[in-house]
Amino acid sequence: MNFQTTIGLEVHVELKTNSKIFSPSPVEFGDNPNANTNVIDWGYPGVLPTPNKGVVEYGMRAALALHAKINQHTHFDRKNYFYPDNPKAYQISQSDVPLAQNGWIEIDVDGKKKKIGIEEMHIEEDAGKNTHNPNGYSYVDLNRQGTPLIEIVSKPDIASPDEAYAYLETLRQRIQFTGVSDVKMEEGSMRVDVNISIRPYGTDKFGTKTELKNLNSFNYVKKGLQFEEQRQQRVLLSGGQIQQETRRYDEASNETILMRVKEGADDYRYFPEPDIPNVEIADDWIKQIEETMPEMPERRRQRYVDDLGLTDYDAMVLTQTKEMSDFFEAAVAQGADAKLTSNYLQGDVNAYLNDNHLDLQDTKLTPDHLAGMIKLQMDGTISSKMAKKVFKAIMDGEEPNDYVKAHNLVQLSDPAQLQPIIDGVLDANAQSIEDFKNGKDRAVGFLVGQIMKQTHGQANPKIVNKLLMTSLNAR
Amino acid sequence: MAEEPISRAEVEHVAELAKLSLTDEQASKFTSQLDEIITMIDGLNEVNTDDVKPTTNMADATAILREDVAVNAHQKDALINEAPETEDGFIKVPAIIDESEDA
Amino acid sequence: MTQQFDNLTELHQALVNKDLSATELTQQTLTNIHDHEDALNAYVTVNDDEALAQAKQADESGIDADNVFSGVPVAYKDNLTTKGLLTTAASKILYNFKPVYDADVVTRLRAAGAVTIGKTNLDEFAMGGSTETSYFGTVHNPWDTTKVPGGSSGGSAATVAAGDVLAALGSDTGGSIRQPAAFNGIVGLKPTYGRVSRWGLIAFASSLDQIGPMTQNVTDAAAMMNVIAGRDERDATSSSKEVPDYVAGLSGDIKGLKIGVPKEFLGDGIDEGVRDQIKTAIKKLEALGATVDEVSLPHSTHGIQAYYILGPSEASSNLQRFDGIRYGYRTPNAKNLEELYVKTRSEGFGDEVKRRIMLGTFALSAGSFDAFFMKAAKIRTLIIEDFKKVFADYDVIVGPTAPTPAFGIGAETKDPMTMYMNDMLTVPANLAGLPAVSVPAGLVDGLPVGLQVIGRPFDESRVLNTAFAFEQNTTFHELKPSMSKGGRA
Ligand SMILES: [Mg+2]
Ligand SMILES: [Zn+2]
Repeated sequence: MNFQTTIGLEVHVELKTNSKIFSPSPVEFGDNPNANTNVIDWGYPGVLPTPNKGVVEYGMRAALALHAKINQHTHFDRKNYFYPDNPKAYQISQSDVPLAQNGWIEIDVDGKKKKIGIEEMHIEEDAGKNTHNPNGYSYVDLNRQGTPLIEIVSKPDIASPDEAYAYLETLRQRIQFTGVSDVKMEEGSMRVDVNISIRPYGTDKFGTKTELKNLNSFNYVKKGLQFEEQRQQRVLLSGGQIQQETRRYDEASNETILMRVKEGADDYRYFPEPDIPNVEIADDWIKQIEETMPEMPERRRQRYVDDLGLTDYDAMVLTQTKEMSDFFEAAVAQGADAKLTSNYLQGDVNAYLNDNHLDLQDTKLTPDHLAGMIKLQMDGTISSKMAKKVFKAIMDGEEPNDYVKAHNLVQLSDPAQLQPIIDGVLDANAQSIEDFKNGKDRAVGFLVGQIMKQTHGQANPKIVNKLLMTSLNAR
Repeated sequence: MAEEPISRAEVEHVAELAKLSLTDEQASKFTSQLDEIITMIDGLNEVNTDDVKPTTNMADATAILREDVAVNAHQKDALINEAPETEDGFIKVPAIIDESEDA
Repeated sequence: MTQQFDNLTELHQALVNKDLSATELTQQTLTNIHDHEDALNAYVTVNDDEALAQAKQADESGIDADNVFSGVPVAYKDNLTTKGLLTTAASKILYNFKPVYDADVVTRLRAAGAVTIGKTNLDEFAMGGSTETSYFGTVHNPWDTTKVPGGSSGGSAATVAAGDVLAALGSDTGGSIRQPAAFNGIVGLKPTYGRVSRWGLIAFASSLDQIGPMTQNVTDAAAMMNVIAGRDERDATSSSKEVPDYVAGLSGDIKGLKIGVPKEFLGDGIDEGVRDQIKTAIKKLEALGATVDEVSLPHSTHGIQAYYILGPSEASSNLQRFDGIRYGYRTPNAKNLEELYVKTRSEGFGDEVKRRIMLGTFALSAGSFDAFFMKAAKIRTLIIEDFKKVFADYDVIVGPTAPTPAFGIGAETKDPMTMYMNDMLTVPANLAGLPAVSVPAGLVDGLPVGLQVIGRPFDESRVLNTAFAFEQNTTFHELKPSMSKGGRA
């Protein structure tokens, strides 16, 4: 029997607004526990939520990046449940009328393009953090409480773990390009909930789905789904039935492990939030957001190929993150050759980032400096060999022109300066001239070596070769 | 209208959702009281509301959205002081499972 | 005790003229409160030391001649947060709770120079109509201490009626200002939803709650509204509409005022004596130049039903935050988190609160949401539309505030249903968010009766002026309880 797979993804993304969604407390991480909290974040008796304009605006940006329709009459709802990191024992979220719905993004798996639908995107508040300690206690830090989130729910269009991976990549990339979030799974600013079901090929009714937890990277999402897809097939093929259950992905064994079987749906007692008036989004506001939307990655890729002559592959790699793409554009805007810039970013720069576990914005490299070095190389001021040294220096924050001058790395390319040196070397090596005339090409290499030695390696090899051949033939 | 607006089992389920425990006596008392109240409330079903929109918010205008400006209230110490149990600036609560009982 | 001043204006003049100091006034007020406390139990907390300090400061910085609250003691219902001062909502679950912030109304009155004299007793979390469900004991009616003061703002009503203070704040979710005002022969106004900020009001039902003044006369209620009304950025539901001068609006002229009297408000279930008193009151209004017609609010009879779904639903959610984790009572007997929640809440809440939490949780739960919560929310729309229709032709709606005068302590608590029916005349204004005042309209068997005036949204001025015209042309507001009646405990 053949099966078809249906995967559903719920993605939570933290928005990097200045203040929280319903309280003016700062959205900042890494501070002392509870340092960025006030009476609202603590769910004090008598406090009230005030909705943050910035969150609605960021939400709209994300929605437009997902080609979703913005609901202009929307409101908040309460989702009721008890947990220590949920101070009011309800989360202010949206259930009736999400901020946006009916979007899509296009994914590419092995060159095959496919549109994946987005059911809805709503805004809501994040919970605090509850840390469990083996001493029998948990410790609650409410700094994260009230951090704005968008929750993006996919339509049942994702048919394989590879598509799920591509969906997450594309989603992350598009959100990141809007600038509303860092979208980093390792830092928790992007969190993924996954469900998967399979059914015999050609049947209509979806199979029973299982939920997967503890998926801390896109790779684990893919691996967890692959395992789960296989497991469900084995169960069904052996005549068993899939239970509605939550399973934990175990990184070490690359398996999913049963956590709990679900008995019926949770009863969150959703109802419209009475403390916040309805939110109206005027046409003008949407228009203003549309007009200020940053360029999305596929537009950039198109431009890199059409206008800058890059390959599809290079364009794809460069637009992986907004930082890389912005950096690339800034360097090219300074006059650096696009292909050379692309090569550096994908080659030396990438290697440096990997070796040092850094992000581009955390290094001392600037688009200015990279462009400066590339231009020195383009106009022959430095050789590619010298460029290696200069590259090291600009990674340490040095200005390339200053560095080259200070370290005397300027390539000697002026024929008027080179010709007397060449003449001197030829005068002193009559035997080599003789060898050359007798067809021994090796003699040229020897002569070039002598010239380089005299110029302390600073002579431009191309020019030297040209002048040397002319001089040899003239003798 | 249902014969029995709310059963004792439903009362107990509702108590569980609300994180309340009821003694036997309370459960019986609440069941009969809620039964009576729900019967009264059920009178609403006499009214046709087919094309009526619900009113769930009473504000006189749509939301005035707050400008996205961060203000730290510097209330941490005062808030931590009011909490029943704290440690190193954290609010301390018993873990979900009683560690002293079976794991 | 001796009632020295009948109204804020007289009292203010005396303070400005230095006939008495704010300190003397506060001292006298505290003495009176303590003298009455055994009989009334009107307070959860009397703010002796701090009140005297505030009064002393008012004397030192000088009484502000332009500010009628300068140096004047004010009592706050104990569900309004006061920074550093115990705020309990009359619940064990907040028995030790000292908020780190002031309610907006408290901030405004403090800024106006008011002295915080104390926190008044109420039904636990304002859930009740008799102030018998307080963790801190029952409040007694100063007219007859065997009777309830009404509720849930029973403490505020009793202390104003007893003459301890001229002004107190209450909160009104289904009649909790107006009904105790009626039971105690004082003035109580529930403003339009959104007129007064709810910031710092410990929520019962967010879409119904409003804070309002409880005073001995209409002018003082208007003066208090002048201080507490207006937009507050911290309450997203608070209105940006301009706030008129409510005192200046009191002309006493109601010639040509169009009054509608809903037939549903004088029908079955209304005490005979109350009905007679209200009919007399309506004749008085007619004599003052108003025109009166019978009107109908056909869905108002379903108000109680809708209210006892919507109120408890919102309350069940609002009261989930009382979990023993961040403030207030925490059970000492929890071995794990689940026990912490369940024991804290089961030990911390009283029966009436539990009943409403259960009712609301039920109404919101998966199988009941449409049949209960949504149904009630639709009925609410119909009730609002009923009012709109009447207000298209009439300026105000008039009727009794409560179906009976104050009843005996213990008479109704045994049966929640009887208790709930008491709210039938007050609940419609909450469901529709309308301003409504109760003004003294005489006595029935020696107990006060209130006339209720309901107005269009944000038309507090007209509502107050109607009450003012009635008050100025009757002597009911001059009737005071003699604290000897019914025997002091
Ligand atoms: Mg969800
Ligand atoms: Zn969510």
